[in-house]
Amino acid sequence: MSFYKQHKKLERNLTLLFVFSLIAVLIGGIVEIAPLFYVKNTIEKVEGMRPYTPLELAGRDVYIREGCYVCHSQMIRPFRDEVERYGHYSLAAESMYDHPFQWGSKRTGPDLARVGGRYSDDWHVQHLKNPKSVVPESIMPKYAFLAEAGLKPETIDGHLKANAMVGVPYTEDMIANAADDLRAQADPDADTDGLEERYQNISIRDFDGNPDALTEMDALVAYLQMLGTLVDLEAYKQKENLR
Amino acid sequence: MNNIATVCILGLATFVAMMLSALSQDSLFSAHMGILCFILLCTTIVFLRRFEFAPSGAAVSPPDTSGYMDEIVRYGVIATLFWGIAGFLVGVVIAAQLAWPILNLEPYLNFGRLRPLHTSAVIFAFGGNALLCTSFYVVQRTCNARLFGGDLAWFVFWGYQLFIVLAATGYLLGITQSKEYAEPEWYVDIWLTIVWVAYLIVFMGTIIRRREPHIYVANWFFLAFIVTVAMLHLVNNAAVPVSFLGVKSYSAFSGVQDALTQWWYGHNAVGFFLTAGFLGMMYYFVPKQAERPIFSYRLSIIHFWALIFLYIWAGPHHLHYTALPDWAQTLGMVFSIMLWMPSWGGMINGLMTLQGAWDKLRTDPVLRMFVISLAFYGMSTFEGPMMSIKSVNSLSHYTDWTIGHVHSGALGWNGMIVFGSLYYLVPKLWGRKSLYSLKLVNWHLWLATLGIVIYAAVMWVAGITQGLMWREYDDQGFLVNSFIETVTAIHPEYVMRTFGGLLYLLGALIMVYNVWRTIRGDVEEADKPKLDAAIPAE
Amino acid sequence: MNYDLFREFADSWGLVYLVILFVGVILFTFRPGSRDKADEIAQIPFKEDETDG
Repeated sequence: MSFYKQHKKLERNLTLLFVFSLIAVLIGGIVEIAPLFYVKNTIEKVEGMRPYTPLELAGRDVYIREGCYVCHSQMIRPFRDEVERYGHYSLAAESMYDHPFQWGSKRTGPDLARVGGRYSDDWHVQHLKNPKSVVPESIMPKYAFLAEAGLKPETIDGHLKANAMVGVPYTEDMIANAADDLRAQADPDADTDGLEERYQNISIRDFDGNPDALTEMDALVAYLQMLGTLVDLEAYKQKENLR
Repeated sequence: MNNIATVCILGLATFVAMMLSALSQDSLFSAHMGILCFILLCTTIVFLRRFEFAPSGAAVSPPDTSGYMDEIVRYGVIATLFWGIAGFLVGVVIAAQLAWPILNLEPYLNFGRLRPLHTSAVIFAFGGNALLCTSFYVVQRTCNARLFGGDLAWFVFWGYQLFIVLAATGYLLGITQSKEYAEPEWYVDIWLTIVWVAYLIVFMGTIIRRREPHIYVANWFFLAFIVTVAMLHLVNNAAVPVSFLGVKSYSAFSGVQDALTQWWYGHNAVGFFLTAGFLGMMYYFVPKQAERPIFSYRLSIIHFWALIFLYIWAGPHHLHYTALPDWAQTLGMVFSIMLWMPSWGGMINGLMTLQGAWDKLRTDPVLRMFVISLAFYGMSTFEGPMMSIKSVNSLSHYTDWTIGHVHSGALGWNGMIVFGSLYYLVPKLWGRKSLYSLKLVNWHLWLATLGIVIYAAVMWVAGITQGLMWREYDDQGFLVNSFIETVTAIHPEYVMRTFGGLLYLLGALIMVYNVWRTIRGDVEEADKPKLDAAIPAE
Repeated sequence: MNYDLFREFADSWGLVYLVILFVGVILFTFRPGSRDKADEIAQIPFKEDETDG
């Protein structure tokens, strides 16, 4: 019986075992992941989304480096309590420029998807330097060293370029001016016309309360203060209701 | 490869690492390459000192290449124990940091940097070395062939240790791509790819030269683990580096696509690294320790195909109620629930192997370890599908319930089966008649079990407490608790969890002592390892 | 490429295919006559010392 022989082959043939195993483990991933690059609601664009400014991107790099995602999610689920606690549930489009995503998997601390603008810069700086000074029961580690760590604007254009290569719409203009834009956003006295033209809806100020130095604290606070502030959710909701 | 060539390559690599360190774009890359340079320099010196000189004409005696290649398994056993202790220790430290945040020492020893160190140390260093050495042992025994590729196996072993050290030092320096369980940056990923391909060649080569017509099922599981991890690693780590002289890279995917790719990877790191590979261990060591063949070999075939096919689909259950489309979440949930069946099929197959030999449990603590391991496997593969049900997940997600769940799997299933396998292997590998002390094995067993039970129970309580507090409303319709109140509420559980982890660490330390005394020879010498030379009953 | 098309396919042919595959694998593995072979393979772990040099 040829069927029987073929089974014997599979049992004895390493190549067949290899190929069949590979096929078995390929199917699930392909069926689930591939459509995400085509299905409408995962690739739709939402009004207001823009790439990170160089300063925000540098802050995001600090956020990743320190492993903030280990304890803080950036993904609000559509439940009454979460929406009341953190704000409108997160949209797919809101993380479209996040390489990699920062949704997180654990809330040892609160969700940060819409933390931007909820607290003052001063509060953030205090909180990062010593969390217990503003939230006495906090179990978050201290990050005082960020206020001392200088930020180097010279290499930021490379980061924009790499992002552009993976699909973030940074223009030539943005990449060429990246270092200047980074300095300008943390300096209230700088000429910021170009910066504001390149990136809409941005905050320009000295974020860390120390105008003399450009630090990682500036960058991180700038990043935290813009989280969830880009999309006008009222407008989004109205559009949704029209359908 | 001969010694001179090895030394030349190592010396060259040392020089390259030094140049990279000097030319680097950022201080982190410079520091990391400095560490690499130091490691390579030490290795070069070790190799230089191993030169053997012979009078001209006389050949240096060639190394023995007959029989099984067991030296590498011995190294693997030691490495497994070493990294195990390191991983458990960091685990206890970060558990304590959550209970007493004063233990965070910024910047290098903050929770955010130590947590990936802990997860990688236990999964990839402890689990990975266990997989490496047991797969090398099992594939030789079940194929009746020596490892293929000669010193290539040694390259795999030391290359893998280098990967671990680079990953670990990277985390402390703050080098991470923030993808859970895939944190190492692009250059470390490339190195791991090279090592992994070598591993695949050694493993498949050994199977090809087997002197046994059939490929035993344990090797199927090991093979699926190696192949699938290669696939997951390559796809999930696709990224564009900022500079070839810098640490930072940006993932090729973003947002939703990146999230699902990551959890497709993350869940199957559990499914293939921590399950398929360890099932390979189970299918060899449980029959050996029980001294009877697997309950149903045909069930193991179904188990294999069902497990590897279904596992891949389950990733989206990590993303319930997120911005991931509903259909993907539902698919993930359905396949996760189906996964319950092959998982329990495997557990039953393992447990029923003891049919007719249950009395051995009374006298053999090593066998007891395997049984407890399988029991925890059954428990966590029931809990997992349950937590993947969307309504349950809405409560459990983001809480410590998940942490408790992974630990009942990792400490219970993975940890215990490794301990059991090593207890089986050590006397065999070092030619001892038995272990130094079975009593100490028993102590280890119960300390570890108690530790896991405490850990899993309190994390379950902590998770549900916090999940319910987050969604608690008063009769006016306002949220009752601020976030910080839900943190202080679970402080007692965090303290008890640390205690549970400490018990587990203590058990492992007892094991190290026991193994050390066994290796040192504080037991009678075995005349020759025999079929029935397994650990005798007390 | 849209969701409904996928869904319809998965609910019909996809489901039928997987059920057939599943039943086929079970029947095939547990077909009469495979037992002896399986029992023989299950003994492999105990052979190591027969030819061990």
